[in-house]
Amino acid sequence: MIIAKNISKSFDDNHVLNDISLTCKKGETNLIIGESGSGKTVLLKSILGIHQIDKGQIIYGDDVFTDMNHKEKQKIRQEIGMVFQGGALFDSSTVFENIIFPLQMFSKMSKVEMHNRVRFCLERVNLHNVDDLYPSEISGGMQKRVAIARAVVLNPKYLFFDEPNSGLDPKTAIVIDNLIKELTIDFNTVTVINTHDMNSVAEIGDNIAFIYNGQKWWYGNKEEIMHTDNKELNDFVFATKLMRDLKK
Amino acid sequence: MNTFYHIGRYLLFMKKVFKRPQKSSIFLNNVFFEIEKLGINSIMIVLIISVFMGAVITLQTAYNIELSFVPLYLVGLGTRDSMFLEFSSTIVALILAGKVGANIASEIGTMKIHEQIEALNMMGVNSESHLVLPKIIAAVLTFPLLTLFSMFIGILGGYLAVYFTNAVPIDDFVYGLHYYFIPFYITYSLIKVVIFAFIIATIPAYHAYYVQGGALEVGKASTKGVVYSSILILFFNVVITQILLS
Repeated sequence: MIIAKNISKSFDDNHVLNDISLTCKKGETNLIIGESGSGKTVLLKSILGIHQIDKGQIIYGDDVFTDMNHKEKQKIRQEIGMVFQGGALFDSSTVFENIIFPLQMFSKMSKVEMHNRVRFCLERVNLHNVDDLYPSEISGGMQKRVAIARAVVLNPKYLFFDEPNSGLDPKTAIVIDNLIKELTIDFNTVTVINTHDMNSVAEIGDNIAFIYNGQKWWYGNKEEIMHTDNKELNDFVFATKLMRDLKK
Repeated sequence: MNTFYHIGRYLLFMKKVFKRPQKSSIFLNNVFFEIEKLGINSIMIVLIISVFMGAVITLQTAYNIELSFVPLYLVGLGTRDSMFLEFSSTIVALILAGKVGANIASEIGTMKIHEQIEALNMMGVNSESHLVLPKIIAAVLTFPLLTLFSMFIGILGGYLAVYFTNAVPIDDFVYGLHYYFIPFYITYSLIKVVIFAFIIATIPAYHAYYVQGGALEVGKASTKGVVYSSILILFFNVVITQILLS
């Protein structure tokens, strides 16, 4: 479980996060949604420790992340798998080298074990015959799957996704969503997803936190979000005509 | 104030760069990779520049000796000392600041804007050390060798110029090459180039590591890296010369 307790974050005079508390549960997908500029990316980066928070606490399992020194944080980070918006794959490395990298850095596995683990992860994300290709030689959807394979290769306890469906067509986006859901259950991870894709919300939203003006405005699940009377949330979720028609 | 801010941030950056590598096997692989990329891949440009530099120094010296009482062997001596003292270290370092510096800045800058550095940090990798330390070691190891190579090729260029143009008798030129040779000049040149190598590997890396924005900013960081490392090379050239040759 990841718990964010009363966290606040400002950049100079700009108060981006205001006293947000959030619990992300194990074996479930925890979505952070909100308009652009609402503070959801800052929230995600604050939970990850990329941004230093001004106030509050972040707890990973039983460990208070915000009280840890740099070395202790590095150790927790080895239990975190992160998929960045653009994939963040290393351009100069092949698909195989990208995925094996965390194992080479942090595991004590033998070469054969590492190769088997990479092969397992590639199979798990349904990628075949791409080992020797470079990220620039594969499609956006494949890059996302490679990034997911790299994120899960160390068997992490915590999985983070920043806009996993950005730049993908709706069909591929659903494939990625389902993959995330399956991995969350299979690996029993705490999965945190930062998104504004309403298809993801409807597909895999076990727990959803709606961030509005730097505050946690609403919290619920994919069933509840469809019937909420929260005006700001409705304005966000049902912004398109298609969604409004669907609601009717 | 801005200068002090950058000096402070550069020193903090260096503190992280010189942390012990997390995995020695990966670190060694990276060092060998950088030796190839920064050192071996620069051999050709050093060869081309050095051969022409040596030739032009020889010809200019020869054509400027108009007084009959000036011995002709001074052409060889001038070529040798110019190459050893200045051209093979400082000028080659300036050229490498452009080639290698831009390469380092664009690589790290692109990694930064595409969140690859953030990905490394998120994995628990010390990205500063992982990315920059192998480059520093590769540059410090290979640039002195490139300097020695440049000295040899520069003199060869001078020899070829004399051979083909007959600007001075070849025997006088060769005599000048041997005349009053001071071995410390080579040591002095190598000391300089080690410091220049450190500058070339770290200044563009520093500017690229803190880049924010897109491709335009990476280009700006690359330019800054090359310009500042060139200025620092020239500055330290004066300082080291004063310390070592005064």
